[in-house]
Order: sequence, then C-alpha cells, then structure tokens
Amino acid sequence: MSFFGFGQTAEIDIVLNDAETRKKAEHKTEDGKKDKYFLFYDGETVSGKVNVTLKIPGKRLEHYGIKIEFVGQIELYYDRGNHHEFVSLVKDLARPGELSQSQTFDFEFTHVEKPYESYTGQNVKLRYFLRATISRRLNDISKEMDIVVQTLCSYPELNSSIKMEVGIEDCLHIEFEYNKSKYHLRDVIVGKIYFLLVRIKIKHMEIDIIKRETTGTGPSVYHENDTIAKYEIMDGAPVRGESIPIRLFLAGYELTPTMRDINKKFSVRYYLNLVLIDEEERRYFKQQEITLWRKGDIVRRSMSQQATIAAQRFEGSNSESASASAQAKEENN
Amino acid sequence: MSEPTVADTRRLNSKPQDLTDAYGPPSNFLEIDVYDPQTIGVGRNRFTTYEVRMRTNLPIFKLKESCVRRRYSDFEWLKNELERDSKIVVPPLPGKALKRQLPFRGDEGIFEESFIEERRAGLEQFINRIAGHPLAQNERCLHIFLQEESIDRNYIPGKVRQ
Repeated sequence: MSFFGFGQTAEIDIVLNDAETRKKAEHKTEDGKKDKYFLFYDGETVSGKVNVTLKIPGKRLEHYGIKIEFVGQIELYYDRGNHHEFVSLVKDLARPGELSQSQTFDFEFTHVEKPYESYTGQNVKLRYFLRATISRRLNDISKEMDIVVQTLCSYPELNSSIKMEVGIEDCLHIEFEYNKSKYHLRDVIVGKIYFLLVRIKIKHMEIDIIKRETTGTGPSVYHENDTIAKYEIMDGAPVRGESIPIRLFLAGYELTPTMRDINKKFSVRYYLNLVLIDEEERRYFKQQEITLWRKGDIVRRSMSQQATIAAQRFEGSNSESASASAQAKEENN
Repeated sequence: MSEPTVADTRRLNSKPQDLTDAYGPPSNFLEIDVYDPQTIGVGRNRFTTYEVRMRTNLPIFKLKESCVRRRYSDFEWLKNELERDSKIVVPPLPGKALKRQLPFRGDEGIFEESFIEERRAGLEQFINRIAGHPLAQNERCLHIFLQEESIDRNYIPGKVRQ
C-alpha cells in the first residue's frame, strides 16, 4: 500500500517509540501466511516518529501537507470498496509547503480507544493501522503500518455448565455435560456423555469445534462454517449407563475470542458439535454454542519490562480500561 | 482475585453403571441375513427367491425372529415405498442386470451362480442398512417386508408406533 507513480522523490516510514520493548503478536494475513505485528491493547497510547527521507539530494519536495492517521476499520471481502471505519484519528505533521531536506516528525495518539480485536477471516477483516501521507498535486506518497489489537477479559462472574438430555425417541438418548459455557483460549473443555438408551449400533463418537463467521445483515446474511478441530472421544459401541469422559485442550487450536455483532457488521461464534457415527456411517449430532474469551497474561511481581508496561496499561487510563472491561462483560453475557 | 494457573481437568462425576446393563445383552441387537437363493420355475418364467431372516431385540419390531422369502422385485418395491414415504436417503440396490436378461448369452444370465451370489450380498447390505435406520424403522412397509409372509401391495402406507 505504499508507492505509486514513477520514481519516488521521497520515502516515508513510521517507527514506534517503544519498538524495542513492545511485544509482537502473530497474526494470519488474508492469504494464510503468518506475520508478526506490534501488539496493542485498548486504551494504550500509540506514539512514534514519521521519517521523511528525500531520495534525490538537492531536489526539494513540494507538498500539500503531511499527516498521520490511526485507523480501525472493517473490510468485507465482497464489498471491498467500502471500508467501515470505526476509529479514525488524524494528526497533521506539516502544513502545505516545501521540504528541502529529510525530516522527522513526532506524533502521539494518546490513550486510543481500540474497542475490537483484530480479525482476519474468510469473508471479513478487521484491522488497525497507522498511515502516514504526504499529499501532493498528482500522487500522494503514503505508508501504512499494521498493528494487532487484542481484547482481554478476566474470568466471567457467571459461568454455568451446559447439561442437556437429547436424543431420538426410542432409539438413542444421551445426556451431555460440558463443565463451562465460557472458555478462555487456553482452557480445557471437561465434560461427559452419559448414555441412557442405545438402540442403534454406534461405531464411534467425536467432538468437533466449529467456527461460524457471519457477515452481512438482514436478507443478505452469510454464514461461513469451518471445522477447527475433530477429536475422537470414543471408539466402540456403548451401552446404557456408560459414561464417556471428554477432555479437550483448546490451546492446540487456532481460535479467536467470540465476537458478537462487531460494529453491526460481522460475528464470529464457536460451537461444540457432538457427533455419533453408527455402523452404516450415519451421523447423529448435537451442536452447542460456547463463548471463547482471551485471558490476559498474569502480571508477575518481579519488575520485568513486561510488568512495567502491563502495569502502565491498566493504570494509564482508568476511564478507557473501565469501558473495555464493561464491554467485555457485556459480550460474555 | 487470585486466578488458578492450571486448569482443573478432573473428570466430571457420573453415576456408576448398573452391572446388568454393563454385562447384559445390548439393546441394539439387529441381524438380518439374506441367504439360500432358490430359482423357481422353468424356462422364461424362472425367478430367484432369497430367504430373509431377521433376529432382533428392538421393541419396535413385533416379532423378535422372522423368516420370509423375497425376490428382487420385492426389494424394489420396498425401495420405492421408502423413497416416497420416508425422509431417508435410500441406499442403492444391486443392479437390475437387464443385459443379463437378453437372449443369446453364453451363460445362464441372471441365474448364473456368481451373479446370484453378488446380488445376494448386495441385497443383504441393502436391507441391513435400511433396517438399522431410526426413521425407516417407523415405516409400515419395512415391517411388512421383513415380518409378513407375503407382501400385500395394496396395503395402507403409514407409520408404526412402539
């Protein structure tokens, strides 16, 4: 997203002030590759420098203004032209004029609200980035720097177990139980399947994790289902009274937190699918939604760099972090 | 608030299983054999019948043991009835083998031993697949096919209740 036109007279790049200390997070790009980006949380300040380097010594750079923007936007793949910006901040760095030599501009976006988590999916992308632009008569020179935002939650107050009796009348009755309804991304699903009536010939049973990405509204809603995991929990034919345990570690799978109706544009929800397969390959299944949330790392008492920064993160802006946890609570309920 | 660092992965409590359930006969016993092909009649009016024997302990079937003789067209009748009345995807029957019924063949056509064995195996797979299907078990045509001496083609289609 940077250079247009023939032969650049200037190069522009963005450097963060805390580039040395800030953690990076891995994030999948649209074409499936994994890249590392600077990690930010809601309420954190984004500050740095914009370096404008003149390529041809002696040649002045005429411009109509230099600015830097902090943008948070949602892109729907089927509607690329329209970006839905939910955060848009601008700082002017230079008024229209002339640069006779390379120059560095400082910028700071203080305590920026970043209400949603970065997400790259099958049909939609939510991203945050800094964009520095030199406006010119014919072609602007601009440079974008993507960052990754993660939304953190703490243990939900209410986290009831899921317990249900389901089946086909006179053929198959089971009672399934999962120990929680809300799991964090490195949690363990502990549960059991109890057989009350088995009149079919079951061959094996598995539990799948399904991710459903929903885009669009009203009549043009589109669901994209993706099976993230298939985990066999039973091999063989059960009889009445038998109880099959479930223990599924989530840390091994590529999961995101549950995202409900983000900016009214998309949702990402997760379901546990219990599947029983009989001798004739017929499948009997029961789907149940679970809520996934992201747990923050535990802050240790030792004064490591991370601890200092993490402490700043929560103390820096009381109003911002309070609104973030309030929204997180709402999403969990 | 102190947060646990290691998740509790202990098994959930469950009722101990009753020993008669654990070691008793399973509730899903259903076995159907298609065997003993017999070719009846002479010349052009020959046809082959197969014995269809069912043993089960499923309560939906009136008889726990039954034995009837059926021919290929009876299986076709069952397939058509189920396709029309039930919501299941009916598995395929072994082929009709029309080519084998043309004249001037070097072999016995549809009465060739190897062909009959092939067909027998296919019919056995077909009927077992259907009879185990919870939705097909409700259909009266299936019960007539498996447990009544002869198939009344003028029967009233409908569902069977336990």
